Amino acid sequence: MTGSLVDARIVVDRGTFRLDIDLRIDAGEVVALLGPNGAGKTTALRALAGLVPLTDGHITLRDRRLDDARARRWVPAEHRPIGVVFQDYLLFPHLSALENVAFGPRSHGTGRREARTVAAAWLDRVGLADHVRRKPRQLSGGQAQRVALARALAVEPELLLLDEPLAALDARTRLDTRAELHRHLAAHPGATLLVTHDPLDALVLADRLVILEGGRVVQEGDAAEITAQPRTDYVARLVGLNLYRGRATGGSVEVAGGLTLMTTDAVDGDAFVAFSPIAVAVHVDRPTGSPRNTWPATITAVQRHGDNLRLQLDGPIAAAADITPAAAAQLELTPGRHVWAAVKATETRAYPADLPAEPQ
Amino acid sequence: MSRIGTTPPRFRRRVGRTPAVLVLPAVLALAFLVLPLAGLLVRAPWATLPQRLTDPQVLTALRLSLETATLATVLCLLLGVPLAWLLARVEFPGRRLVRALVTVPLVLPPVVGGLALLLVFGRRGLLGQWLDQTFGLTFAFTTKGVVLAEAFVAMPFLVIAVEGALRGADTRYEEAAATLGAGRWTTFRRVTLPLVAPGIAAGAVLCWARALGEFGATITFAGNFPGRTQTMPLAVYLTLEQDLEGAIVLSLILLLVSVVILAALRDRWISAP
Repeated sequence: MTGSLVDARIVVDRGTFRLDIDLRIDAGEVVALLGPNGAGKTTALRALAGLVPLTDGHITLRDRRLDDARARRWVPAEHRPIGVVFQDYLLFPHLSALENVAFGPRSHGTGRREARTVAAAWLDRVGLADHVRRKPRQLSGGQAQRVALARALAVEPELLLLDEPLAALDARTRLDTRAELHRHLAAHPGATLLVTHDPLDALVLADRLVILEGGRVVQEGDAAEITAQPRTDYVARLVGLNLYRGRATGGSVEVAGGLTLMTTDAVDGDAFVAFSPIAVAVHVDRPTGSPRNTWPATITAVQRHGDNLRLQLDGPIAAAADITPAAAAQLELTPGRHVWAAVKATETRAYPADLPAEPQ
Repeated sequence: MSRIGTTPPRFRRRVGRTPAVLVLPAVLALAFLVLPLAGLLVRAPWATLPQRLTDPQVLTALRLSLETATLATVLCLLLGVPLAWLLARVEFPGRRLVRALVTVPLVLPPVVGGLALLLVFGRRGLLGQWLDQTFGLTFAFTTKGVVLAEAFVAMPFLVIAVEGALRGADTRYEEAAATLGAGRWTTFRRVTLPLVAPGIAAGAVLCWARALGEFGATITFAGNFPGRTQTMPLAVYLTLEQDLEGAIVLSLILLLVSVVILAALRDRWISAP
């Protein structure tokens, strides 16, 4: 038996799309399933909840087989100790906040009066003791989100699933709700899986990130690992790095366009090179001296990026460069202009592209 | 921002102008629907009306009509809502055929329906004989028969309305209920039914109105016995043969009852756009 509370291999065929992932979550752990739209995140969540049958694989929760495609075992959603917070919450519109939260306990056989007591306690925990009688349409987005969370937690699930829990909220509400959600997830003794396309949600709320692209896990790790060493363009964009793949020999990596980037990391073979847009300097004339990587580039776009301007550069490699507005004005950096890009070797990081064998 | 909410005058005028090609037939249609009703009012024997209204035969027919139409609606709800749920939510082979069969009574001439009921539920009918011998249940030419005939004709209205409501309802609420531990029956009772309640109410109103006006199937299957099977439409038809004014009075009552009940329910249940 594995030590994880959740141990799953989820395979779902959907016509041309195939989801195939391995997933393990420990008790008390919050895992974020992060990926672009159409990566299969929600399908994975629905499979765990028992709303989508597996084509292959298995789902085990605390040593209980919920799904086993080969053995044709499938436990229906209502018999799984799993709570779900749906993307647009799906609070029952005809029931009050209290009745919505009491729905789960009542369906599990708790008496009406006791279920209401339990529900009132949960609403109190999420700070909505004054709103028990409100119908969902009388609640704000943030309040509805909290009722949905209380409703999912009121059945005391071993696995809590959250599908884009903050996507429906405006920016301000999202900030407060995220902080509060973090508190509740930390208090949840069971496993938690959070599905999101927002890297900030994932970084703030999760202990571990699983990144999904095209139905497969492309990278897995904690926030520090993922932000330091992205392994796909999608992840690099999420964490705001320029990322290239190439052949490394010692301290130099040959990437696309015949360009060779010097790094201070010694790697051999297939490797990634990453550097931050802030590390990219832009010059009108070819810079000389100092150990720099330089290449000719054309500016394709200029956007505001925080206090800086972000230039999109084309050339042997496509890159993003962040420079101050003052520098941009001085150098007359407009789209179409030919420039030189430079990155110090000490500002780049190189690491092997082949994943190390997983410790068993 | 101050411009939002004020329509430029020229645009408003263009919206306000409606083409005569559409207005003329629309007015004609309205006249066609309303004039016959006005004719009833014009020709009504207002002087003798109070006396005629208290005629025991009229009251008996009215009460029978209201009772049987209501019972038929209850029967349709009990059987029709599950059928609509089956059609809307369960994939089974031949579902399209079943849906087509459900609508047959809509297009079938009611007299034919009544004859068909007679062949099945009549005293010598396929099921009727067995029901009669085993349970002593007789449908043909009884009040029970009236309810059966009305339900037969009115059920499709309910099934179609409820199935439409079920298809329009968001099934993700049912999934949410399942993740909270609710089985299919609990989900149906506590989530699906309340969500489609307006659709069911609208279907029931249509169904009741159709049952109230039922004539052909009723007279064929249940006959025309005052006090037992003579409902208002039958009474209108029969009275018409000897007493035009009497028929008008009966018709007025039927009209009034329908309008009052539909108007009352419309505000409560059916949301007009």
